[in-house]
Amino acid sequence: MRVRIPSPLYSYTGGQAEVLGAGASLGELLRILDARYPGLRFRVIDEQDQVRTHIRFFVNGEPVRSLGQPLSADDEVIIVAALSGG
Amino acid sequence: MQVEISPNPAKGDSARSQRVVLLVGTRKGAFIYESDASRGQWRLNGPHFLGSEINHVVLDPRDGETLLMAAKAGHLGPTVFHSADGGNTWKEAERPPAFRKAPEGETGRVVDHVFCLGCGHASQSGQWYAGTSPAGLFRSRDAGRTWEEVGGFNDNLYSKIQHRVESVPDGSILHSIVIDPRDAAHLYVGLSTGGVFESTDGGESWRALNRGVEAYFLPEKEPEFGHDPHLIALHPLRPDRLYQQNHCGVYRLDRPDEVWQRIGLAMPKEIGDIGFPLVLHPRDPDTVWILPMDGTEAWPRVSPGGRPAVYRSRDGGVSWERQDKGLPPEQAWLTVKRQAFGADEGEPVGLYFGTTSGEIWTSLDEGGSWRQLACHLPEIYSVVGAKGR
Repeated sequence: MRVRIPSPLYSYTGGQAEVLGAGASLGELLRILDARYPGLRFRVIDEQDQVRTHIRFFVNGEPVRSLGQPLSADDEVIIVAALSGG
Repeated sequence: MQVEISPNPAKGDSARSQRVVLLVGTRKGAFIYESDASRGQWRLNGPHFLGSEINHVVLDPRDGETLLMAAKAGHLGPTVFHSADGGNTWKEAERPPAFRKAPEGETGRVVDHVFCLGCGHASQSGQWYAGTSPAGLFRSRDAGRTWEEVGGFNDNLYSKIQHRVESVPDGSILHSIVIDPRDAAHLYVGLSTGGVFESTDGGESWRALNRGVEAYFLPEKEPEFGHDPHLIALHPLRPDRLYQQNHCGVYRLDRPDEVWQRIGLAMPKEIGDIGFPLVLHPRDPDTVWILPMDGTEAWPRVSPGGRPAVYRSRDGGVSWERQDKGLPPEQAWLTVKRQAFGADEGEPVGLYFGTTSGEIWTSLDEGGSWRQLACHLPEIYSVVGAKGR
């Protein structure tokens, strides 16, 4: 599946704005991405397995909050780092 | 980029070859200034991690080379970076400070940001401590690569003081970590609206150490904890001496005494003894500097009267002298955060403070006169002077 990466995470993906991912759920996708890009998961998911305050996930354009969200190979996942403040 | 200010007289070639570094954490990145012992010219290395909140940057005095940095990109999680080459390259911690996952159905704590980094005891190479918000204590035994909870604090002590500490609207902070140079297992920590706590077993068990400290905002008359230290410091040459800048004044404690003495009462009444940072002279346990802030009525937390000044005591707080030569004489409403006032180990000692308006001021004669070293930086969170290799 295609995964779009926000610019604050480019340092993990070697500057790639889009990577290929896999996994049957959003949680599994993030574990796979973290194995390939160490440290990435903790920047978007906290130690209680909750999505961090300023992070948003979209699957095929629909907002998703649960790591249990099922995914399929032809899905497009977008990670958004929602900026706030000045 | 180079910044020039009037240097101190040369102290010989060996002294000149000694590197002095100034580690500046800001709301939008880290800035590292480097100079020789004269401190006349400063070379800026940075910004590093532009756009990230950098709460603290600390150089390991055990090797003069390793740097640790507490960072948080505005919308990503908190982490710690380490550098083995004086800040030229950085690596992220493989396991940053994080609380353990709560059992199903319970609410666990989440580190919002790493507030302070504390270098471990001289005998424990590679050991570091980190204090977080919400208040937590973490330890690394591998120079910042992986971090583990200090369970004696995060579990045992925290469960007893949680009701006080978590009443702070913006989140509690563990802001001070102090290690007795005679005993690696003897620790002190300071928490906002928590107080000062002491451990003599490496952090497994803790006891409150707050007697004599005022806490007018608490309902109890003499609470055991819940006090609001802004910063605590121990003098390395007299490790039984502790100083504390508190929400309710400036205090000193000489162990084995248990009762803090409010040395800030000797400050001029119109200035008061409210503030955030406090700096010790590296070679004289009786010399201490504070930077008073306006703590009246609405707590403006700016220079009292718009006239910034540092106050120095050379007798352990019995008396204080105003040091404002070179600082703006009026209409300067500076705010200096608790980690944004530091000293180097030079002769004479260099002092440095950074403001929330992005200015760095320095004195190369122990506070006698001040010059601006930098301006137009982002909001300054921390300023640490250190001796580089």
